[in-house]
Amino acid sequence: METFDKREERQTDLAKKNSLSDYFAQTYALSEIEFKKLFRDPTELFTRAVQPILWLTVFGQVMSKVKAVPTGEISYLAFMSPGILAQSILFSAIFFGIAIIWEKDLGVVHKLLVTPTARSALVLAKAVSSGFRGLVQAVIIFIVAYLMGVKLNFHPVHLLLVILSVFMGSAIFSTFSLIVACLVKTRERFMGIGQVLTMPLFFASNAIYPIEMMPKWLQVISQINPMSYLVDSLRALMLEGGVSHFGIGLDFSVMILIFGLMLFIASKLYAGIVQ
Amino acid sequence: MTPSLAIQTSNLTKKFGERTVVDHLNLSIEQGKIFGLLGPNGAGKSTTIKMLTTLLPPSEGRAHVAGFDVEDEAMDVRRKIGYVPQLVSSDGSLTAEENLLLSAKLYRIPSSERQLRIEEALAFMGLVGVRSKLVRTFSGGMIRRLELAQAVLHRPLVLFLDEPTIGLDPVARRTVWEKLKEMNKRFAMTILMTTHDMEEADFLCDELGILHQGVIAAIGGPDELKKQVGPEANLDDVFIHFSGATITESGNFGDVRQTRRTANRLG
Ligand SMILES: Nc1ncnc2c1ncn2[C@@H]1O[C@H](COP(=O)(O)OP(=O)(O)OP(=O)(O)O)[C@@H](O)[C@H]1O
Ligand SMILES: [Mg+2]
Repeated sequence: METFDKREERQTDLAKKNSLSDYFAQTYALSEIEFKKLFRDPTELFTRAVQPILWLTVFGQVMSKVKAVPTGEISYLAFMSPGILAQSILFSAIFFGIAIIWEKDLGVVHKLLVTPTARSALVLAKAVSSGFRGLVQAVIIFIVAYLMGVKLNFHPVHLLLVILSVFMGSAIFSTFSLIVACLVKTRERFMGIGQVLTMPLFFASNAIYPIEMMPKWLQVISQINPMSYLVDSLRALMLEGGVSHFGIGLDFSVMILIFGLMLFIASKLYAGIVQ
Repeated sequence: MTPSLAIQTSNLTKKFGERTVVDHLNLSIEQGKIFGLLGPNGAGKSTTIKMLTTLLPPSEGRAHVAGFDVEDEAMDVRRKIGYVPQLVSSDGSLTAEENLLLSAKLYRIPSSERQLRIEEALAFMGLVGVRSKLVRTFSGGMIRRLELAQAVLHRPLVLFLDEPTIGLDPVARRTVWEKLKEMNKRFAMTILMTTHDMEEADFLCDELGILHQGVIAAIGGPDELKKQVGPEANLDDVFIHFSGATITESGNFGDVRQTRRTANRLG
């Protein structure tokens, strides 16, 4: 039996194959929506800022007095500020999957998956949304660190690269979180796993102490931890006289590579969240 | 000319592990028809719709929607269909208008036409007055109308509705029915819907299929099916007759919970 008038449809459709411009327009539309939602209810942004501020004002102050961590030319407070920014990016992005599970439980994800939008565009928009959040954290931490006397680098190129780095970090951890969400599918299971993941990612990194201080085995782990590259780039870019341990080029290459991988995996798994 | 088919499945099957939820389903639905898929909780109605809307890959068999294969030509299928899931699918933290605008952009409706279509949809669904209100403040009936508006903004050839009036009061339900009839007429839009409401099935559907444990137990027009069961039979009798008479072990706690959750959220 003949189904529909296919040939004719096909011909007009040839020009309508999902083009790159569709891809960007759709990603943009989705990101725009996320942006709107974020600033419609900014309470979350501010409650998220409490923790990093406490780390800087309490932990940072005390550790500066103790002088237990050799940080070279720069003060301990300056040393840890980029680490705390990376930490707040990690902590807020790693629970991003909860929101996806919530949307799935509602049916919002079903509807998006049925539109002619590439899965990777749906994932990318989520990463961008997480990037916006990271940026707000960055602004807050810049202000607090500045008020506490940390010498920050306000060179426009540096600021631009900080923005890029914050976006990359947020994108990596939120997409990772999305992958976990697609695998575990329920909020209860996700909460447990989220808690288990954050601490190792944070402590097995150079966020609050230099890599050289760690035992050998931990050094190895922290060198394959994407968190270390985020911290390293921020430390070099944010601070007056900040230096990179790995090299900025390597930092960004590693982050872009990891994000690419995460994006690829997440795009494959995203549709499975409703199954 | 043979009437063209909007939906055609051959041996469409879905298994979850060992369990066959949809079992070698063969359906042919003509263009422009309203087809009702009936059946008890857990019969496989939503699963069938998920396969036809490209959300779930079939375990076996094939399905064509609007002339395209749901697996090999998923993107083409998606361009041609609209879908309102059993769950609530409009974004509660956005306004009605923002929800519509997002749909318009994702379906790549040209920017010159977007606003016109959105205005038209808002007017058609009676949502003009609440266009800038957040959807989370909407009543169940308003949400359903918005979801319908979003699902047809791009003028799909085939519309899939999973229990479109669940949890709605009688007035809201009737409004949705009228809108559906009108859309079906105006755009010759084929509709495949599921429902537990026999009055709804009787009122809306040209053809009914009764699904029982993943198999079509009966198929035909509402009056045809009634005649098969008995001279005085109504659709309730038809449903009971073909879906295994009593409350069986089919369906599980999860199904009921999910249905309820939807009802609560809408109500
Ligand atoms: N992802 C899944 N994994 C395992 N089993 C599933 C899955 N999705 C559905 N099922 C099972 O398949 C059966 C059919 O589910 P389906 O949602 O299609 O039923 P339904 O006919 O839509 O029921 P209802 O009227 O309650 O909406 C149910 O018993 C359900 O538990
Ligand atoms: Mg169902």
